[in-house]
Amino acid sequence: MTAILPLQVRAAKVRRRGKTIVGPVDLDLTDVGTTIVMGPNGAGKTTLLHMLHGLARLSGGAIAWNMPTPEAQTRQAFVFQAPVVLRRSVRDNIAYPLILHGTLKSEARQRATDWAERVGLAEALKRPATVLSGGEKQKLALARALIREPQVLFLDEPTANLDGRSTREIETILKRTAAEGTRIVMTTHNIGQARRLASEVIFLYRGRVHEATRADAFFAGPKTPEAAAFIKGDIVE
Amino acid sequence: MGEIWQGLTAAFRLIVTFDADLVEITLRSLQVTLTAVAIACAIALPLGAWLAIQRFRYRRTVIALLNALMGLPPVVVGLIVYLFLSRQGPFGALNLIFTPTAMIIAQVIIVTPLIASIAHQAIRELWADYHDLLISLNATKRQRMATLIWDARRALMTAALAGFGRAIGEVGAVMIVGGNIDHVSRILTTAIALETSKGNFALALGLGFVLIGLAIAVNLMIHGLGRTEREGTW
Repeated sequence: MTAILPLQVRAAKVRRRGKTIVGPVDLDLTDVGTTIVMGPNGAGKTTLLHMLHGLARLSGGAIAWNMPTPEAQTRQAFVFQAPVVLRRSVRDNIAYPLILHGTLKSEARQRATDWAERVGLAEALKRPATVLSGGEKQKLALARALIREPQVLFLDEPTANLDGRSTREIETILKRTAAEGTRIVMTTHNIGQARRLASEVIFLYRGRVHEATRADAFFAGPKTPEAAAFIKGDIVE
Repeated sequence: MGEIWQGLTAAFRLIVTFDADLVEITLRSLQVTLTAVAIACAIALPLGAWLAIQRFRYRRTVIALLNALMGLPPVVVGLIVYLFLSRQGPFGALNLIFTPTAMIIAQVIIVTPLIASIAHQAIRELWADYHDLLISLNATKRQRMATLIWDARRALMTAALAGFGRAIGEVGAVMIVGGNIDHVSRILTTAIALETSKGNFALALGLGFVLIGLAIAVNLMIHGLGRTEREGTW
């Protein structure tokens, strides 16, 4: 299968109502590791992810995958901060992307059952997805994102509203997913989580990339005062 | 009070004796109304979904117009359909005037905006929740509409029931285009109007109670089939 990475982002920006939310941004994303996007509230983390995934329209610049964008978009998946669950059973939620792209219902349901087991939702297969807990919904969203085996997985603060146990379970799934070769790009406010998961860090401040570097280098010696303050836990506005 | 009691008695007698005329009228009422609602749903549900997801110029105007059409006066609809289907009308050659088909056409015109408008409201809210996910999954427009219609099915059932309620109780349009012809186009509402005009209040009331019972029975049956409330969180 052709790889969709590397990704090249050049002078990309997103503007809304005359205000620049993100950009201009220059980035290169290679084909290994987990990239954590960090920054204070309003820095543009979610918009950056939306922009890379194609959910936010570019106001300028360019994003180039290693293949035409429409094809590249079918090899990505996105997990939202507030998990979106369809008004169906857990199994049908997980199977949904496969059915959407032409897989037979019986086969899609079988694979959904396998994925439900992998994320710890085997017991809930036939339950309405809407009655799951927050952590379970996020696991469902992860299984649904991973069922088509995307090459790049975007996650927008996937553990923001979860307790410690659910966070640990999600992190375990993410580590396993990364180990299996899926490129992960994820936003988080949780510095501990970033330390546990990141191989690369992008520090975003006021819509601009202040740092994009290896995680160990970032945590050992941030180059900008804003990043240093953020890591220390100071208030960065 | 006496006439209500007589009406109840008449209704009871008509039902337990399986009065042939009552059965015929009732079945025709159901045939006309259910066909009209089914056709209206086939038009209105995709229309409601399309209006929810599609952005185009004058979209708000179209939605406002649709909402306004919910209040279409049935008599006016009946008159217009009559003019189109009458012998001298553009579709006169089809010989549809004073037939159940003409009544179905009139009812479709009356209930489609109602169902489409309620469907649009329900689907618009669901679209707000699903928007990013369905875009992210590269769902086509058709797939988005199908997903929204399926996942909003319980709200849409309410829309269909509202349409059924309006159609089953409608008299003005079906009287004009159907003609209330015995054994041809007489239905419960037109029969009630006829019996009332003849001063036969007990029978009219009896038919009225049958009509109410029918509406409640169909509602309960559809709720039962749709498992509403049992899985209310879906």
